[in-house]
Amino acid sequence: MSTYLDFEEPLKALEEQIAQTKEIGDSTDVDMADKVHALEQKLAEKTKEIFAGLTPWQRVQMSRHPDRPYSLAYINAISNNTFQELHGDRNVKDDKAMIGGFGLLDGETVMFIGQQKGINTKMRQYRNFGMPNPEGYRKALRLMKLAEKFGKPIVTFIDTPGAFPGLEAEERGQGEAIARNIYEMMRLKVPVICIIIGEGASGGALGIGVGDKVVMLENTWYSVISPESCSSILWRSWEFKETAAEALKLTSTDMKNNKLVDEVIIEPLNGAHRSQEEMFGIVKENIKNYLKELKAIAPEKRINDRIDKFCAMGVWE
Amino acid sequence: MGWFKRDKEGITTSTKEKKETPEGLWHKCSNCKTVFTESDFVKNFYVCDRCSHHERIGSKEYFEILFDEGKFTELDANLSSGDPLKFEDTKKYVDRVKATQKSSGLKDAVRTAHGKLEGMDFVIAAMDFGFIGGSLGSVVGEKIARAIDKAIELKCPFMIISKSGGARMMEAGFSLMQMAKVSGKLGQLAENKLPYISFLTDPTTGGVTASFAMLGDLNIAEPKALIAFAGPRVVKETIGRDLPEGFQTSEFLLEHGFLDYIVDRTELKQTLATSLKMFNN
Ligand SMILES: [Zn+2]
Repeated sequence: MSTYLDFEEPLKALEEQIAQTKEIGDSTDVDMADKVHALEQKLAEKTKEIFAGLTPWQRVQMSRHPDRPYSLAYINAISNNTFQELHGDRNVKDDKAMIGGFGLLDGETVMFIGQQKGINTKMRQYRNFGMPNPEGYRKALRLMKLAEKFGKPIVTFIDTPGAFPGLEAEERGQGEAIARNIYEMMRLKVPVICIIIGEGASGGALGIGVGDKVVMLENTWYSVISPESCSSILWRSWEFKETAAEALKLTSTDMKNNKLVDEVIIEPLNGAHRSQEEMFGIVKENIKNYLKELKAIAPEKRINDRIDKFCAMGVWE
Repeated sequence: MGWFKRDKEGITTSTKEKKETPEGLWHKCSNCKTVFTESDFVKNFYVCDRCSHHERIGSKEYFEILFDEGKFTELDANLSSGDPLKFEDTKKYVDRVKATQKSSGLKDAVRTAHGKLEGMDFVIAAMDFGFIGGSLGSVVGEKIARAIDKAIELKCPFMIISKSGGARMMEAGFSLMQMAKVSGKLGQLAENKLPYISFLTDPTTGGVTASFAMLGDLNIAEPKALIAFAGPRVVKETIGRDLPEGFQTSEFLLEHGFLDYIVDRTELKQTLATSLKMFNN
């Protein structure tokens, strides 16, 4: 059963109409082909209309769409189901909100890492809603170091509402874990590609977000705070989330225009969630192109370029 | 500007400084409410003589306390915030910055300087909580980055005095990326084998904790400072019960292995000098 966001409702109505019309055509002798065709055209137009004019807040809603694919779905598709998950930070435990392991990308070994959200109520709990604890970031770093040791490129998938703000997380040094990852990722000798596939919330996202290519899927957000939290802090009310979403300039287009990410990957017209296979294909092609480009650069230069890129970010007078 | 001379008995203010201190100014400890003369309080490094409470101070005071004879050269003093996002909440960001600059006399939430500490070259970046909660924006990131370049140029140790509520929301994505920027520069400092001291003071939270504040070759802190990634209110809401006594204090972080030591402000300069000599020797 698919879920429809409020602004997707007109599509739902049309899709239902098409299905009904087809059924009539199948069960009676009346030829409904023309009518179906007309409705399908209308659906295509409506789809275009709706998704071309999404507001920043609607993009945030898209990034959290319950049908949207999560990291494992991308990894399994891109690696053609060769992904072998590797567990644990070798210290405290295995964090289920952060996954990682080797997989083959058209025959080439790649280290895949990502925050993982759950696909149903039970799994959402199990995955802690995609909010890693320090051991998640430390597992990610362990795996990145493993990849570096054996000269394998790294691809991270970012999709988190934030690093977990719990008691044990603080005790075990959530801040230190994220800081260490940022520091170490800046200096990894292998190519690093970071893809925001859903929510890119603040330090929790940046903790696996330092790379040679940092790219956002079209309908995602990336900022220092969620629009809701921003609203509650700056406007002292939860009511201003739409305004906050606008103000934060958190969409892929805004982030690209401000040179805070390298590229935007355009999604299929009706969003990653309605054309998943197509989305996986597009992401895979992009990763392959980035890798080709990055591997042509000497490691030393790649690291310096990476540092220079982040050092150029900021506006002052 | 006041300045200090150090002798064996501790700190004594110069005659000039004494004359400049207006008579009849009192300081009441915000913790135990004991009243001191302002000059005694300053002489004791803004620490309560009775309960050891460390009053929050800013870059001005730390520079005076740490640099020999209070002498230093400030770096990039005029760098000031832009408004890349044309951000507006209940107030325009540009107006907020201007108003804060006027009320605080500061340009932004960090000041950077080089000088001598017990004769050794030293670069310090000191954050000012009085400027939009010591929040991490582009200017903070850029000034720290340039200060690191200065330390590399002078081949000397570097210290950041953290005191921050975290990210500067009005710079959104730009604010976030300062965490990466400073971390990248710290890597270059490390490559040059120059020590980085992270000095955490009350409060150090959010994005500052999740980047440079936790990356010191030495992480040191003032007593009883709040040091956190997620603030106590957020953690309390998450777990739905009261937080244990002393949670997220310097002492708590020391116990959990995230600090090298806690140092009383009255002994800060001496202790720091001892540490730096270990590296420089
Ligand atoms: Zn007191």
